[in-house]
Amino acid sequence: MQLQINGKPYDLDVDDDMPLLWAIRDIVGLTGTKFGCGKALCGACTVMLNNQAIRSCLTPVSVAKGGSITTIESIDALPQGKALQQAWVELDVPQCGYCQSGQLMSATALLLSNAHPTDADIDGAMSGNVCRCGTYQRIRQAIKNAAQEV
Amino acid sequence: MSAINSPALDRRQFLKLGGMLGGGLIVGLQLPAQVLAAQPEASLTDLGAFIRIGHDNQVTLVMPMAEVGQGVYMAQSMLLAEELEVDVDTVKVLASPANAALYGNPAIGGYQVTGGSTTIRAFWTPLRQAGAVARTLLIAAAAQVWKVDPASCKASSGYVYDASGQRKLSYGELVDVAAGLPQPAADSVVLKTREQMTLLGKPHHRIDTPDKVRGKAQYGIDFQTANLKHAAIAVCPVLGGKPVAVDEAAIKAVRGVQQVVLTDEAVAVVADNTWAAMKGLRAASIQWDFGDNASVGMEEVVQQLDSESQQSGGLARNDGDVEKALASATTRLEAVYQLPFLSHAPMEPMNYTVEITDKRCDVWGGCQTLTLAQATVAQLTGLPPESVFINNFLMGGAFGRRLELDGMIHAVKVAKQVQGPVKVIWSREEDIQHGFYRPYYYDRLWGGLDAEGKPVAWFHRVSGSSIMARAFPGAFVNGVDPDGVEGAKEPPYEFDNIRVEFRRVEPRGVLTSWWRGVGPTHNVFMVESFIDEMAAAAKQDPASYRLALLGNNPRARQVLELALKQAGWGKQLPERHGLGVSVQFAFGSYLAMVAEVAVSEQGAVRCQRIHAVIDCGLTVNPDTVKAQIEGGAVFGLTAALYGAITVKDGQVQQSNFDTYQPVRMYEAPLVDVHIVDSLEAPGGVGETGTAAVFPAITNAVFAATGKRIRTLPINPSELKV
Repeated sequence: MQLQINGKPYDLDVDDDMPLLWAIRDIVGLTGTKFGCGKALCGACTVMLNNQAIRSCLTPVSVAKGGSITTIESIDALPQGKALQQAWVELDVPQCGYCQSGQLMSATALLLSNAHPTDADIDGAMSGNVCRCGTYQRIRQAIKNAAQEV
Repeated sequence: MSAINSPALDRRQFLKLGGMLGGGLIVGLQLPAQVLAAQPEASLTDLGAFIRIGHDNQVTLVMPMAEVGQGVYMAQSMLLAEELEVDVDTVKVLASPANAALYGNPAIGGYQVTGGSTTIRAFWTPLRQAGAVARTLLIAAAAQVWKVDPASCKASSGYVYDASGQRKLSYGELVDVAAGLPQPAADSVVLKTREQMTLLGKPHHRIDTPDKVRGKAQYGIDFQTANLKHAAIAVCPVLGGKPVAVDEAAIKAVRGVQQVVLTDEAVAVVADNTWAAMKGLRAASIQWDFGDNASVGMEEVVQQLDSESQQSGGLARNDGDVEKALASATTRLEAVYQLPFLSHAPMEPMNYTVEITDKRCDVWGGCQTLTLAQATVAQLTGLPPESVFINNFLMGGAFGRRLELDGMIHAVKVAKQVQGPVKVIWSREEDIQHGFYRPYYYDRLWGGLDAEGKPVAWFHRVSGSSIMARAFPGAFVNGVDPDGVEGAKEPPYEFDNIRVEFRRVEPRGVLTSWWRGVGPTHNVFMVESFIDEMAAAAKQDPASYRLALLGNNPRARQVLELALKQAGWGKQLPERHGLGVSVQFAFGSYLAMVAEVAVSEQGAVRCQRIHAVIDCGLTVNPDTVKAQIEGGAVFGLTAALYGAITVKDGQVQQSNFDTYQPVRMYEAPLVDVHIVDSLEAPGGVGETGTAAVFPAITNAVFAATGKRIRTLPINPSELKV
C-alpha cells in the first residue's frame, strides 16, 4: 500500500485495518505523532489528511490511501504551521510537550480553514485535544498570535 | 514529600578531570580515583559529571533531576549558566544515569528521586557551585596564559577577558590549561548575590521548547533500535490475580504476532509492530484467576475509613489543650471531608523498552526514581546493579506516576522471555485501570469558636493510606506519615489549641501512591474548607477572617492581600457566581488563590478565572513558575470537577478519557499569576497550584450557592436550583 506522508511516497506492507498512527510511528518511523488514548478522545495522534485534522489512532490506513498526510514533522512548510510553531516557542506553551504535536496539528488545520478564529472557534477546534499539564490558556493565546502573523 | 536532610550530601566536593573523553574540562562530583581508573572508556555520565566543556566550547550539563514537563531542563541549565557565565541557550542537556552517590537528591534523603517539588530547593546551591568552580578554573587558566592576576580577569558569555577587555580567550581554548590547575573546593567559591545575577529571576525561553513543537523531542515511547519488538500488555484486572489461559491459536493467527508471554500477573503479546500486538491481545480471550480481591468495592473502602477514622491516630502535633478548648467553645463545628482515589493519567501511557542478555540489562523509558529502578531490575534479572542501565527519557507527564516501578517491572518480566529488545506499551485503559492511585482520604475536623467567632480549637484527623510507610518506612515514625500531614500540621494560621493526627488506613486491593501535590493537595483542601466553614459560622467575610489569623505570618498575609486585590474581592457578582479563596504554605512557598466560579441552574460548575499570588522566594525562571501554577490549577480543577477512580468487584470502573474526564480547552479558566519579589530561600512550585485550587473552587461554589462541598469530585446534582 502506498501512503503520501509529508510529500513523500511510502510503500507499506501492512493490513488495511492498521491505524494510521502505528503505520506512521512503527513502520515509517516518524515519532512526532503520539499515542494517547487509542479512542480518538485526546487528540495526541492528530495529523492532517488533505489539510483536515484527523485522529490517526482510529483512522485505518486504507482510508488515508491516495490522500495527502501531513504530520508535525512537516508543518513548518506551511505558513500557518510555521507561525504557530513560532508562537508556541514565543509563549513557551509546552510543559511535558507530549500532547503538543497534536495540539499544533489541530491548530494548523484550524488556521487553514479559518484565518481569524474567534475564541469560540478556537474552543470548538481545540477541545478534542487534551493537555494534562494544563497549557490551554497559552495554546489559545499562541493561536491568536499566530493568526495575526499569517 | 517532606525534605529529609542527608548530611553526606550537604557538602559537595567537585572534581575536575582532564585528558579524558578526548580532552576538555569536566567538573563533577568527587569520585574515588579507582573508579575512574577502572573506566578508561567511561562516558561523561559514568564520571558523575555535572559539566563538560569541550574544545569546541560546547557546554554539556548532566542533569541530576528528570524532566517531566516542570521545566527543570531549563532551570538546572540556568543555575549552571549563571555562575559559569555562558549563554544558557548554548548548554546541551543530558539525562543522568542511575547513581545516587553522584546525582542523589539531597532534599529526599539522597535518593535519586525527582518529586515533591524539590529540584530547585535541592540543587539551587550545588549547580551554582559547579558552575562557579569551572569558571574559577577557566579564569585561572587565562590568567596563567597571560601572566596576569586572575582577579583582574572576567568571564562572560563563554569567554575570559583581561583587565583591558581587549584580550579574550574562549572557554574551549582554555580547557586544557584549566584541567591541569588545582581545583578550588566547592564551598570556597563565592557565589553571586541577587543583585549580581543576570539570568536567575528573569524570564527566559525554555531550551526544550523548539524540539517539542517540531515533534523531535524523544520520550520513552519514541525509542527505536534495531530488531525492536513491540508488546501490548494486559495486567490482571484485579490486584493480585493471575492469568490462567489464553487462546494462543487466535493470537498467533494475527499477522505480525511473534510470541505470547504469560507472567505471574499479566499477558503480553509480542509482535512486529504495536498494532499487531494490540490486535493479538484482543484476540487472546484471557481467562484470569482474580484471586482474593475480587470482592473489593467502594462501600468496603469507605466503611473501613469511616470506622477507623473514629479512632485516634499517630500524633503529629498537639499544642495547648484541644479537648478542653472544644468543650468550652461557644460554637462547635464538626465535619467529614472525603477525597476519592485519583489516577495520574499522564498523556504518555506507560511504556518501557527492555533488552536482557546474560551480561546486562538495558531499560529505556522515563523514570522518576532511577536508583531504585536499577536495584529493582537487578533483583528481577539476577544481574549486579552495575550491569543494569536505566536510560532515562523526557516524560510525557508523570505527576508522580513514574515514581512507581510497576510499569518497568512488568516490562522486565516480559523481556525475560523475549530475545532482543522489546517495547512494552500499555493501552490507555491499562494505564487508568492499573494505577497507583492517590489515596482515598477521609478526614475528620473539629473546631471551636469563641463568642466573637474567633477559633479557639482546631482538631484535624487525617485518615488514609500511608505512602511513606510503604515506600520509605523509616520516615513513618510514631504512626505519623510526614507527607500525609504536610499542609495539615502547620496551617498558616495561629491556633492556641491545635491537634493533628494521622490514622493509617490501607484499602484492600488498591495500590496508592503520590499524586501531584502530595500531602498538601489533600490537606490544603481540608484546612482551607474548614477555615471557610468557621468564617461562615462566625458570619464573617472568609478573607478578612483568614487575615485576622495571619498576624505572625507576613509572607502569607502579603500573598493573600495581593490576591484579594487582584481578584477584586468584594465586587458585585451576578447570581450564582462566587469568589472563593485559599491560602497555603507548602513546598517552601506561600500561595494565595482566588477562584471565580459560575454555577448553572443544573448545577454545573464553571471556573472562569483564577488569580494566584505566590511568594516562592528567589526564582530561577519566573515564566516557568507561572506556567506551573497555570497548569497545576487546571490539573486540580480536573480532579475537583470530574476526578474519581472507583472500584467494583476488585476492578477499576474507569478506563479512558471518556470515563476519567479531563478538563478541556473550553472549560479552562484564565489563570493570572503574580510573583512576589522575594529574597527568601527558593521554594518549590510544581505542585503548589494543584493544592491551592481545590478549596478555592469549592469555597467559591459555597459563595455562589451556599452549598458546602465536603466530598470531591463536585456532584452537580447537589447544586441544582
